[in-house]
Amino acid sequence: MKNELIDYVLHLADTSLILGQRLGEWCGHAFVLEQDIAITNISLDLIGQSRSLYQYAAELLNDGRDEDALCMMRNEREFKNLLLVEIPNGDFAQTLARQFYFDVYHELQCQALLNSKDERLKAIAEKSLKEVRYHVTWSAEWVIRLGDGTQESHDRIQKSINEVWMWTEELMSTAPYEKELIEKGIAPDSSSFKIPWMNKVKEILKEATLTLPADETKQSGGKVGTHTEFLGYILADLQHIQRSYPGLKW
Amino acid sequence: MSQKDWPLWEVFIRSRQGLDHKHVGSLHASDARMAMENARDVYTRRQEGVSIWVVESKNIHASNPDEAAQFFDPAEDKVYRHPTFYNVPDDIEHM
Repeated sequence: MKNELIDYVLHLADTSLILGQRLGEWCGHAFVLEQDIAITNISLDLIGQSRSLYQYAAELLNDGRDEDALCMMRNEREFKNLLLVEIPNGDFAQTLARQFYFDVYHELQCQALLNSKDERLKAIAEKSLKEVRYHVTWSAEWVIRLGDGTQESHDRIQKSINEVWMWTEELMSTAPYEKELIEKGIAPDSSSFKIPWMNKVKEILKEATLTLPADETKQSGGKVGTHTEFLGYILADLQHIQRSYPGLKW
Repeated sequence: MSQKDWPLWEVFIRSRQGLDHKHVGSLHASDARMAMENARDVYTRRQEGVSIWVVESKNIHASNPDEAAQFFDPAEDKVYRHPTFYNVPDDIEHM
């Protein structure tokens, strides 16, 4: 049971970390200063959440590794983040489509974790939920703004909404290490998010005058460590200083 | 693609202890809702405030610096407009 919990906490931590790292790539590159700050604020929220989770995982592991070691010294196959969060930023529309799909899921997940029998996960979810609610507001409003904006913004966000769709099924999937945790009331059953997630996505897309993508080939595997080729590059960026100079501090 | 710039907005923040909204700066946004969110992200990320007002800069009408003399100088020698000439009885507190 303990190993399953560690895997699950790492899955949550890795997902927040990798998306935070991805969003951080926008720093200094966004199309207006105000959104540059908005995107990096969200990035820092996510990295903050991952810290709380890594600290918890380190305590559970109790093998001498701390939060930094878990973040900086684990290999690609050990990362359990969702594939969705490792796909490239692309243009703003692609970053936004990815963020919107994730935020709707993330809010449902935090809400469900408020009922977790694990007090620590519950506390982390409670703190994260306030941040995540703002993330959903931000990304949903931008989807509406672009969808219901000019012809070009409409076409570009529709294209991204379609292209990112294939990575969303994994959000509602269950990894082997979650099964016992679900039975014990520690982790929510991700498949229960499917209907509320779809309802919210449909509602926002409708308001944005966008169409729901058709079902097509789906990709999953991130939760159990099978990643796209993109994760290795992210980890190289993220980890290379700590790998080259172990224990280096600012 | 339309290259129109977003309008400029002025941002006013009320701090936790403050009673009034103070001008903190300006930003660009396409509408009031976006201005509000941008203000939240740009000006309250270090807990500066608990309330935000935004107003489109074009709606603010400023006094003309050229008229400063006739606007403000006449008040200079009207000391009797300050309530400092009243004798306050000793048992009136907090004045």
